[in-house]
Amino acid sequence: MTHTDLLPPCNARASHQMNTVISAQNLRKSYAGQEVVSGIRIAIAKGECFGLLGPNGAGKTTTLRLLLGLTAPDSGEVGLLGQEVPRHAREARLRVGVVPQMDNLDPDFSVAENLLVYGRYFGMEDDAIEARIPGLLEFANLAHKRDAKIPTLSGGMKRRLTLARALVNDPEIIFLDEPTTGLDPQARHLIWQRLRELAAQGKTLLLTTHFMDEAERLCHRLAIMDQGRIISEGSPRALIAQHIEPQVVEVFGEGAGKWAWEHAAHYAQRFEVSGETAFCYVGEAGPLLAHLHGQSALRYLHRPANLEDVFLKLTGREMRE
Amino acid sequence: MSNSSHYTLPRLSFRFIPIWRRHFLVWKKVAATSILGHLADPIIYLLGLGYGLGSLLPEMEGTSYLLFLAGGTVCYSTMNSASFEALYSGFARMHEQRTWDAILNTPVTLDDVVLAEILWAASKSLMAGTAVLLVIWLLGLAHTWLSLWAIPLALLVGLCFASLGLIMTALAPSYDFFMYYFTLVITPMMLLCGVFFPVAQLPDMLQAASAALPLSHAVDIARPLLNGGLPSHAFLHVAVLLGYTLAGFYVSLVLFRRRLAQ
Repeated sequence: MTHTDLLPPCNARASHQMNTVISAQNLRKSYAGQEVVSGIRIAIAKGECFGLLGPNGAGKTTTLRLLLGLTAPDSGEVGLLGQEVPRHAREARLRVGVVPQMDNLDPDFSVAENLLVYGRYFGMEDDAIEARIPGLLEFANLAHKRDAKIPTLSGGMKRRLTLARALVNDPEIIFLDEPTTGLDPQARHLIWQRLRELAAQGKTLLLTTHFMDEAERLCHRLAIMDQGRIISEGSPRALIAQHIEPQVVEVFGEGAGKWAWEHAAHYAQRFEVSGETAFCYVGEAGPLLAHLHGQSALRYLHRPANLEDVFLKLTGREMRE
Repeated sequence: MSNSSHYTLPRLSFRFIPIWRRHFLVWKKVAATSILGHLADPIIYLLGLGYGLGSLLPEMEGTSYLLFLAGGTVCYSTMNSASFEALYSGFARMHEQRTWDAILNTPVTLDDVVLAEILWAASKSLMAGTAVLLVIWLLGLAHTWLSLWAIPLALLVGLCFASLGLIMTALAPSYDFFMYYFTLVITPMMLLCGVFFPVAQLPDMLQAASAALPLSHAVDIARPLLNGGLPSHAFLHVAVLLGYTLAGFYVSLVLFRRRLAQ
């Protein structure tokens, strides 16, 4: 019940080239004969928060590695902060911060030492780093943990320290690879708040995620990736409007599937059955809700369409990996 | 997947310095234990083997067995020190702790990271070699300023075995893999290269093999120096050790690029 849309032409942004800080053209990369990134084209403007969404294995992390110049593309061009990558990746990365998917803080060091040692990799003087540490710890809510050893920190604290570490060189762009995966809701909200603050300071953010609410809250613009391609791109609102009927009614309970096959087509423009739940996509929910009111065996939830609906429509409901 | 950029020569920069400092800062936290280890190892070897075995042996190559053994121990100890650092600690930093991944996200390249690993492992060798020399002096075995040359030699031996060891680190799927290297490379090196007895005692075939191994060349430099003499063919021995260093650096770097720059 899914189909993939072709990427609409994105000439609209060509006029903003002055402001483009991350760009990729026809980027391709294969591993062992398997194409992981298949012709990606991206242009991200200064100050934008751009999200790369996609199921596991869609090629998000490889795309980030290509943009950072950590791996060479088989073909295509990458520009990062005006530098040609990977040839001049070193110069570009001087002004970039990276929050990796897996924590790789130095377990032998304290919180403050982690920041000091990391700053040195950017060629910063110790005095300059020391001067930044209090502000970074404040930002990460870790001022009280300055001398704590890494193994004593919680998952959320480690993530915040990793974010603070990515800011040690006061970067213009921050790459975040699944910044909130594995965090509890409180920790996640704190990270979101910090990312919004960074965006408000004019930093450019490029993040990958598979949390739709994260993408919807944070990102000005999104690209949905699947099987190495960008299959759709736009603001969260535009993507929803472009791909999905405005209202969704989820019908669940025993017999929901059977009900859907018999009745849903009559009330909904489009519907999908997944397990014991029927997803009905409608322009006007009134008649469907009136009908459901009379079905005592079924429960239902009426909500506006969201990004997850777009994502599932474009990438399908079947499991990946 | 072959990629021609994996085979380019190392591009070196001073960015290795903060990485070396990182390793040093970690070491400083366990410095006392580490220094004790560096001192205890040669003391145990020299006293145990030197006095135990030495009392049964006549003079060897014109010196006491203890002094004969001292020349071998300087080299053996520095070889071990660099090898353990490059294999076990290097693997921990590359694979387990993902320290390299963190560093590679900064303006530092893999070439810098590998160079820093070699220089750090060689620094550990320098400490180990200096510790052995200290023990040799304290035991009153060497009476010559020439023995001070053992210190730069320890650095060179360290560079050589760090570079060779990193080839294994680049290939290793897990720590267990390193057993092969210690059993098939380090132990034969120790037995064939004149650490405990003169190479001349070996059959011709093994002598020929010994001549190709880097540790033999290190021992051939160290032993005369501790004895107050100048090594013959010193230039050749240094060249062999440098050759192994450069080859090891290049091969390990290519293998690391293939493993990590994907």
